[in-house]
Amino acid sequence: MEDDDILREFLVESFENLARLDREMVELEQTPGKQDLLASVFRTIHTIKGTCGFLGFTRLEAVAHSAEDILNELRQNRRQLDGPLTSLILQSVDAIKRILNSIQAGGGEGEVFEGALLKDLDRARQGDTAPAPRIEAAAPPREEAKAPDTAAAGHTALRVDVGLLDRLMNLVGELVLTRNQVLQYNSSREEPALNAISQRLNLITAELQEGVMRTRMQPIGLVWNKLPRIVRDLARGLGKEIALEMDGAETELDRTIIEAIADPLIHIVRNSCDHGIEHAAARSAASKPAKGRLALRAYHEGGQVNIEIADDGAGVDPSRVKAKAVERQLISAEQADRLSARDATNLVFLPGFSLAPKVTNVSGRGVGMDVVKTNIERIGGTVELLSEPGRGTTVRVRIPLTLAIIPGLVISAGGERFVIPQVNLHELIRLEGDGAKLVEHVHSTPVLRRRNTLLPLANLNEILGIAAQSPADVVSIVAVEADEHRFGLIVDEIGDTQEIVVKPMGQQLKTLNCYAGATIMGDGRIALILDVDGLGRRAGIIAEAGSAGSGASASEPKTEAAANHTPLLLFRAGNFARLAIPLSQVARLEKIPAENVERAAGRPAVQYRERILPLLDVGEKLGGATADHEMLHVVVCRAAATEGASEFGLVVDEISDILNDTMGAPCASGRAGLLGSAIIGGRVTDFLDLEAVSGDVSGPFEHDLAKLERALARVESGVPA
Amino acid sequence: MTAQSMTARRTTAQSQYATFLVGDHYLGVDVLGVQEVLRDQHIRAVPLAPPVVAGLINLRGQIIPQLDMRRILQVSPRQTAGADAGVATFSVVVRTEQGAVSLLVDEIDDVVELDASSSEAAPRSVNPQVRALLTGVHKLQHRLLLILDIRRTVDVGAESAGEKD
Repeated sequence: MEDDDILREFLVESFENLARLDREMVELEQTPGKQDLLASVFRTIHTIKGTCGFLGFTRLEAVAHSAEDILNELRQNRRQLDGPLTSLILQSVDAIKRILNSIQAGGGEGEVFEGALLKDLDRARQGDTAPAPRIEAAAPPREEAKAPDTAAAGHTALRVDVGLLDRLMNLVGELVLTRNQVLQYNSSREEPALNAISQRLNLITAELQEGVMRTRMQPIGLVWNKLPRIVRDLARGLGKEIALEMDGAETELDRTIIEAIADPLIHIVRNSCDHGIEHAAARSAASKPAKGRLALRAYHEGGQVNIEIADDGAGVDPSRVKAKAVERQLISAEQADRLSARDATNLVFLPGFSLAPKVTNVSGRGVGMDVVKTNIERIGGTVELLSEPGRGTTVRVRIPLTLAIIPGLVISAGGERFVIPQVNLHELIRLEGDGAKLVEHVHSTPVLRRRNTLLPLANLNEILGIAAQSPADVVSIVAVEADEHRFGLIVDEIGDTQEIVVKPMGQQLKTLNCYAGATIMGDGRIALILDVDGLGRRAGIIAEAGSAGSGASASEPKTEAAANHTPLLLFRAGNFARLAIPLSQVARLEKIPAENVERAAGRPAVQYRERILPLLDVGEKLGGATADHEMLHVVVCRAAATEGASEFGLVVDEISDILNDTMGAPCASGRAGLLGSAIIGGRVTDFLDLEAVSGDVSGPFEHDLAKLERALARVESGVPA
Repeated sequence: MTAQSMTARRTTAQSQYATFLVGDHYLGVDVLGVQEVLRDQHIRAVPLAPPVVAGLINLRGQIIPQLDMRRILQVSPRQTAGADAGVATFSVVVRTEQGAVSLLVDEIDDVVELDASSSEAAPRSVNPQVRALLTGVHKLQHRLLLILDIRRTVDVGAESAGEKD
């Protein structure tokens, strides 16, 4: 905040307090013992003293200080308040007012020297009975009368209770709704007089709405004020030199948004200081000025506020981000390959992501940027990261001006109206007649080709489980975007856009993530506001936070997160050219001469590491040819259901590969012994159902083994069985 | 019920209850917790909402949830066709810490003034989920009046919403 602002604030606050003080002092004189009144008076004088000391008004401080001392003695019951003392304090208050007026007029602490008053105060402090009231002090020079305009600062600004502003905002919301009702009523009739009135109402409402909204606006500078100190301390701590520039601190935002944006902004700034800007030596080596630059910029654009946090540091290397994301198993290698540089840098918003090589006390724990993103998205904003390696990084945050009244598109589904917030809208598509055939299917997911990309579609009726009413030959699609995922919502009917007032739905419905709230339409009926992000998640188009697909690609079909990244062992057996089992179940791969195969309880087995390893011919098991080689390829597997040493061997024709790949959507095979099929490494692969095929070797066998071991143990210890 | 009867004077040791019917049950809530009673409100159904939430109603510009007392008390749900069709319903709007909530009931009865002495706790054998909502049972001359705890009743709606998602 500028010094001028601080001064003005000080003046406004002091005048306000002094006005109260007059009243309180008089009341106090009448009821001298009232401790809370005395405390309030003391506090007021104390505050003024403290602030003017800080602002460098020494004379004002002296007066306030003396008055404070006397009040303190009164407070501690060391003396009693009497008439003369009250007068003296009131005179001090007058003197303070005079000096404040002078300061306000721009004349510093003024020419009036309060020496006489100070002397009186001094004497009173030393315990003398208060002196006779001094006429000259009690009748101050009427400076303020000469310049009535100087009192202005105290009256142009007004403190208003935030609760009152909130109530006003609610009322304006009601008015907007009522206006909508009047407009709707008007449009259905032909009355010139009503038409004129409703137009006027429309204009006035819009102006009032804007006015009340502005009363709730606060400059973003309120949040930025904390930053110089934070950046300075960080720079010191990190041994860097950082210059902070701020542009657009006066840009205004609704106070609820200011509150919500503060923490994410500070986090981004910390990140830029810690990871973005390099140490002076590294900067010089890259022929950049030793002092790093961190620039904050805020500006209005299209009903939204943009905030940019730009540093001229090392930038984010997309390939490093990709590698790190793959290493932390946040995305698969294949997904990483497909990402553009810009998408890759935005992987830093994935939960659990951190580029920092070591954890510092500033950052590097991998929590943070995803929280930043979540918090910004919660207030309807977006955040993206643009980076030029070597040149710097810019984090751009876009947030709405206000949350209370938003533009939205009215749509209907299942005979009821819903509203989609304008910020989520991308485009509207209407397919008629033959056009409806443009909807194709990937597996069972409907998609639409749109400018060479596939737009996944979801039917709103299906997501919400309501009955559809759409005629089959017209398909209305609202293309929406949330969390950087674009998808099409199939709705029954697309209506018009309206200003809507967002209202909460109440405690009982808070947990439904597919609604952002509710609103009241022109006819008084309630419409639900859709939360596009929640709908996307419910429809499976947007992966749940934390799973691999998140943020990676807009057209990524839903995959089973669990099966997504399992390293797999691929092999050939019998009639199956490509079979797979999870590598995690494989203990070892062995080659065993066929002649070593013996029989244990009629089943094939080999002696292996001083144990009996039951063998299972996969080809035979799946109804094909038996492996017939001199050397048998044996995959030693851990029996899934049991722990410990129990193992069995799968006899296969050939071990093909070990792959760590993303699995496409699997499809069930319905064949005994197989779990299903999926595309692995570009080829169709069947999954062996280990549990099913191993059932007759591991299960009963294991059971028997345990019994046998117990029996042996008894024999050894001499206990009869 | 008239406004006068709602604001009738309260005497010490006695409490006033706004009473209503849900199925065969005769229930009452503390009259001080009741904001107003409305007839046949248009209910906006909320898809995917838990069953105890009948929907939302527009209370003079304020959107408040409407809880289906039949569901909460585990009485057979209202039929949209047949005997129940076209029969008026009532919304008892109660004040809670989280704002107003409406309870959907079948019929509104009087405000009754009762002495605490006629009350006793609900028997242990009552369905525990329902019993948890009752602060007591008043033995009236011809029937029993079950006193509902507003806060716990409203919380049932919130809890079931939590379980749902």
